[in-house]
Amino acid sequence: MKVTPAGDCIWEIPPAEKPGMRVPARIYASETLLSQMDQGVFEQVTNVACLPGIVRAALCMPDGHWGYGFPIGGVAAFRVDTGVISPGGIGFDINCGMRVLRTSLTEAEVRPRLRELIDALFSAVPSGVGARGSLRLSATAFRRIMVEGAGWCVSEGYGWREDLDRMEGRGCLPGADPGHVSERAVSRGLQQLGTLGSGNHYLEIQVVPPEGIHEAGLARALGIEGAGQVLVMLHCGSRGFGHQIATDYLRRFAEVMPRYGISVVDRELACAPFRSPEGQAYFGAMTAAANSAFANRQLITHRIREVFSRVLGRDPHALGLSVIYDVCHNTAKVERHRVDGESMELVVHRKGATRAFGPGAPDVPEAYRDIGQPVIIGGSMETGSALLVGTAHAMTETWGSTAHGAGRTMSRAQAKKRVWGERLLQDMEARGILVRAASKSGVAEEAGFAYKDLDAVVDVLHRVDISRKVVSLRPIANVKG
Amino acid sequence: MGRFSVLEEIAVADCALEIEGDSLDDLFETAARALCEVMVDPATVAPTVERSVDLSAGAVDLLFYDWLSELIYLKDRDREVFTESRVRVTRGSPWRLAARLQGGSIDPERTALRADPKAVTFHQFLVEEKGQRWRARVVIDI
Repeated sequence: MKVTPAGDCIWEIPPAEKPGMRVPARIYASETLLSQMDQGVFEQVTNVACLPGIVRAALCMPDGHWGYGFPIGGVAAFRVDTGVISPGGIGFDINCGMRVLRTSLTEAEVRPRLRELIDALFSAVPSGVGARGSLRLSATAFRRIMVEGAGWCVSEGYGWREDLDRMEGRGCLPGADPGHVSERAVSRGLQQLGTLGSGNHYLEIQVVPPEGIHEAGLARALGIEGAGQVLVMLHCGSRGFGHQIATDYLRRFAEVMPRYGISVVDRELACAPFRSPEGQAYFGAMTAAANSAFANRQLITHRIREVFSRVLGRDPHALGLSVIYDVCHNTAKVERHRVDGESMELVVHRKGATRAFGPGAPDVPEAYRDIGQPVIIGGSMETGSALLVGTAHAMTETWGSTAHGAGRTMSRAQAKKRVWGERLLQDMEARGILVRAASKSGVAEEAGFAYKDLDAVVDVLHRVDISRKVVSLRPIANVKG
Repeated sequence: MGRFSVLEEIAVADCALEIEGDSLDDLFETAARALCEVMVDPATVAPTVERSVDLSAGAVDLLFYDWLSELIYLKDRDREVFTESRVRVTRGSPWRLAARLQGGSIDPERTALRADPKAVTFHQFLVEEKGQRWRARVVIDI
């Protein structure tokens, strides 16, 4: 497949390369990252370019690797009137996302109590297979969560009102419809609110390393004052509830497509016209799941505050434990963007990709409107993460989108063959990173060598000017499922 | 008796399985066993639960998809995993499955946890008859 340079760290696959492509495919990557991308990325991004109603191009971010339907790192926008919505463009873990909290603590203050903190967090935030949340919710309450998102948690005492000001969509996306959510999905997710999940999900205590602040002014605007400052980062999603909604609709859309004259080369790209009853049903259910994920991260935030307060003997407000931001990286949202000079509503699918709206965008919280939306990019548990901000250029280049993580370079099975989980835990502890994990084999699967170089990914985002580097973060403790 | 293996080159972030069975029933039973091994060490699950499952689907591959999806669903809804199963698949329109499952509750103190499946995918998904045997390939989203 012909992949041609189209700019610094920008590559294109023209429509002529695959029958059915309506638009080009565009990949954001350095030469090195491009050479490391598996063939599935190119197949899948060009398949996405074939979907009805797609606008301008099918995109893939520099952390791209192959997924189901869309590649991970895939972004595509569709006209609301003639375009489709595709569960494969969102993923099974609807609103899997990231949240980062600042603290007024330093590494020196936290290190002596780090083991206690991580043990208490492991206990307070259940993780792994079969984890059960601490709240006993009724189906009625759960339906409220589908509509109110993180706001439900705050109204029930699990958070601060100002938390909602620091979340994408204020922790609640419009359009949720519990009426299109199956009883199966409700029963699957009802007991899981406040749980972390497994795989690459985590709760991490991080510090700003000495060389970690790239733009001091922007860092201060995010609440980061200097090296040694402790932050807490969270990566999780909608749990079994979202997974079941995605499964339900993927199955249903496979049967629905012929009715609308749609055929796809990949069953995982099953879709329906956005304005069709089926498309609207999925959008309503998907948004319900997205809101439950915001609520999940909000409840976990509450538990984090409880633990820090209990272990360190100070009120969470006194600890400065406030939310910097919370981003989705698996959603479809109706957004207004400029297309050929005209303002147009589009259904923007981001799968393993993060919104990155620039300065001045009305959807960016007032606290950040001058600097752009905070972007949280998670790396591996050994190497660290990064905070960036969105840019004006991202709005025109990538529908205001950027990468979400480092992306994997090898399978879980291959990673487990290279390292034994127990040994990795010992190595990490010797390097000053404590880990509590529900599964030792899961730890091996998440070893740092299984992921791309995060700095290389972030560097591309910076060079293409779809996000600006602000702070690099180093892990000191991690809870994994 | 059926067997299964993990396909390492497929599905970077998840778990790809190849499953073979002496018969269709054996294929489904072996797939259930494989899925259980993905989730937990079966030796650490005390056999305290029995369940019945009845499913139907328009095609055998969709029945297989729904079978594994049901096991993932029960893992989340009831926090139970199943180390053994007896499956009877009946060809027809629709295809039908009747199964008896044996397993236990996930006990964080006792159960050795592995990966937590989110869903069955259609990625490189196939169920096919090969001579006297049946074969399936499936990727589980972790």
